[in-house]
Amino acid sequence: MALDDLKTKDFAFVGTRPNRPDGLDKVTGRAKFGADAHAPGMLHGAILRSPHAHARILRIDTSRAEALKDVKAVVTRADFSDQVPFAPGLEGEFWNVLENVMAGDKALYDGHAVAAVAATSALAARDALKLIEVEYEVLPHVTDVDKAMQADAPVIREGATDYSVPEGMHPNVVRMHESGHGDVAAGFAEADLVIEDHFTTEATHQGYIEPHACLATLGMDGKGELWCCTQGHWIVQKTCAALLGIETANLRVTASEIGGGFGGKTTVFIEPVALALSRKANKPVKLVMSRSEVFRATGPTASASMDIKIGMKKDGTITAAEGIFRLQGGAFPGGPAEYTAMCAFAPYNLTNVRQVGYDVMTNRPKQAAYRAPGSPMAAFAVESVIDELCNQLGLDPIEVRLKNASREGTKASYGPRFQRIGLVETLEAAKAHPHLSAPLKPGQGRGISCGFWFNHGGETSVSLALSEDGSAQVMVGTPDIGGSRASMALMAAEVLGIPYDNIRVTIADTATLGYNDVSHGSRVTYASGLATIKAARHAVEKLCERAAKKWGIPVDAVKWENGCAVPSGPNAGDFDPLPLADITADMGRTGGPISGHFEATPEGAGVSFATHIVDAEVDPETGKTRVVRYTVIQDAGKAIHPTYVEGQFQGGAAQGIGWALNEEYIYGEDGRLQNSVFLDYRIPVASDLPMIDTVIVEVPNPGHPFGVRGVGETSICPPLAAIANAVSAAAGVRMRNLPMSPPRILSALKAHG
Amino acid sequence: MVEVHLWSGLRALTGGLEVVEVEATDTGEMLHALVRAYPQLQAPIDAGVSVTINGRVIASGLTEPIPDGAEVYLMQRIRGG
Repeated sequence: MALDDLKTKDFAFVGTRPNRPDGLDKVTGRAKFGADAHAPGMLHGAILRSPHAHARILRIDTSRAEALKDVKAVVTRADFSDQVPFAPGLEGEFWNVLENVMAGDKALYDGHAVAAVAATSALAARDALKLIEVEYEVLPHVTDVDKAMQADAPVIREGATDYSVPEGMHPNVVRMHESGHGDVAAGFAEADLVIEDHFTTEATHQGYIEPHACLATLGMDGKGELWCCTQGHWIVQKTCAALLGIETANLRVTASEIGGGFGGKTTVFIEPVALALSRKANKPVKLVMSRSEVFRATGPTASASMDIKIGMKKDGTITAAEGIFRLQGGAFPGGPAEYTAMCAFAPYNLTNVRQVGYDVMTNRPKQAAYRAPGSPMAAFAVESVIDELCNQLGLDPIEVRLKNASREGTKASYGPRFQRIGLVETLEAAKAHPHLSAPLKPGQGRGISCGFWFNHGGETSVSLALSEDGSAQVMVGTPDIGGSRASMALMAAEVLGIPYDNIRVTIADTATLGYNDVSHGSRVTYASGLATIKAARHAVEKLCERAAKKWGIPVDAVKWENGCAVPSGPNAGDFDPLPLADITADMGRTGGPISGHFEATPEGAGVSFATHIVDAEVDPETGKTRVVRYTVIQDAGKAIHPTYVEGQFQGGAAQGIGWALNEEYIYGEDGRLQNSVFLDYRIPVASDLPMIDTVIVEVPNPGHPFGVRGVGETSICPPLAAIANAVSAAAGVRMRNLPMSPPRILSALKAHG
Repeated sequence: MVEVHLWSGLRALTGGLEVVEVEATDTGEMLHALVRAYPQLQAPIDAGVSVTINGRVIASGLTEPIPDGAEVYLMQRIRGG
């Protein structure tokens, strides 16, 4: 169902590329991030973390730490609410978050928080941690997803399994998803070639530059203030209030500027701990994670073990597809197995398809989203098999994808029929792109891949207030993680008809705006943008009312054009256009301040597809891989600010290069993370990356007034597969395990002979 | 009547059915009706579901109207990262 007021062309501001409003603050160091906050009398917090992957906590003695002069508070699990109920699966998510924030009876992974201290200095707090005595009973652990499903694997938590898991599976399998349609056995029988293969990916971290940081104040009156680095301060407010047993409205949360999140800052880690320390010490408490803590105790991606089987005819028609996806999401339910399964085959029009996902617990930190949670792994496995089918049948990989591509009306692999989508347009753009026909040098290979993500709407509130001089303030509740203030200002300018520079967009705190869902799900330009447009239109209605009153004509005889009220037609009367600033100049005396508001949960985010082309080069002597050319082609619906859309495309590709080639959580036999600093966990740096070329495809989303589809997540779906296909072509051997680090490449080359 | 397509993992809770019919005019009514007809669906619905109506994903809304003859699918809750 398309919106009645869909506008897809003749834009004055949308589609231009002005500088972002927060740019100057960020390049001059004036912007305030999480760790930049200070308060009079502030204490510093530090967290004691488990050195064991799995251990029962028999006793915690904090007395020696508490005896120190500089120590003002020590908290353990006993200092949090005891009213948070346990429930299986994701029904008990508050309990899972509480258990992750501060261990209860057991430490469930290396780095799990066990106790925390607030002291007069950061050094004193860290020193005090050494005086806390914890007696552990070390338990057997498991960190590998396949081993965690085996009969002899240690059980991480009894009772965590939900309704979906069949009897007889290991208790570490906590959720299962199965979907599909048709008859896959019959489909495989029709195929000329069937390939069945196994793939794995390792857990990776979002690698945001800014570690988690917050400043918390919680008084004895139960009222609190929290400043923190987050993708969503309302979820922080709601979660912290539940975990501390206070009323939601009594905690005001302000989001700092954010140095990256990518899905990793959509929950809480240190914020409830800082509040608990503050409540006990009756002083503000600042908590800042070290990089090692970020790696050990925030949320990396799930890792995956996957079996894929696809049948194809000689003409390239896919006859059947089946996938089994095992995702480990740490010691808690929530590994995105259902998304991995549902996204896996979404780009293709399949008569016979079946996908099964398992959410498996291991002794690792609680996974968090990382752009399009679960989808990139699926694309890696599925698109690798399609690539191999094309190789063995001598078919063109673009033509095969076009032949099988999902279009409007296709029955999706996960069930319903697609509305208007832009996959074919991305494939056609790839086919026409000079990259695809550029010659490769010896030792180089080319890979392509498609990718899919759902996108999201979510609860959204926006207020827009006009000033007497005709400028406008827009208050949104979604932290700006990718240039969204610029996009909001462009959309408001489009509706109001005033210059971009006359609009200031602010991220409001939880006390000054209605509830807003997190900046996730590629939802900000879609949902906050939709709400900004509607709030601006609300203000325009009021502006037209004032003009109608001034002219003495009915309000429906007034329309809004180019920033002015004008008569709607010759019968409405002969009046000069009345500019916005002329109306607002007198607004205090003609009815009062003029504002616009919009609150809703928009339900029309519109799914999104992308196609990536990658050239890679492999050194057979060292196993080193270099990505030499990269092109991202993605459907954005409508690019409000093309530069920031391109930035999202490039960011997804850059992170995908890291995930595909080098990044991985490495656990020792003792279950401890061995590479918890950037020296040992290798993310790409500028010199590792080629220029990442971008092509914005615009197939308007009927669910947004200007046709926007979210772009932040889909860009990470194809890279793993496109890079793996390129590297496999360059190396002459199929790469089935990520990351494709030099030792893995050398090992694969050696095994291949 | 609304014909609701379930994901195959729910067959065990509906006596093997993957498509069920309930009386409903919007998404909220539909979820209530599903639980009334198949009480075991309470757990997956509590864990979080989305609904698609003619291909449009309704992530969480309970008030979305369901037109006559619409294609309706129940899906596990769509979120983001």
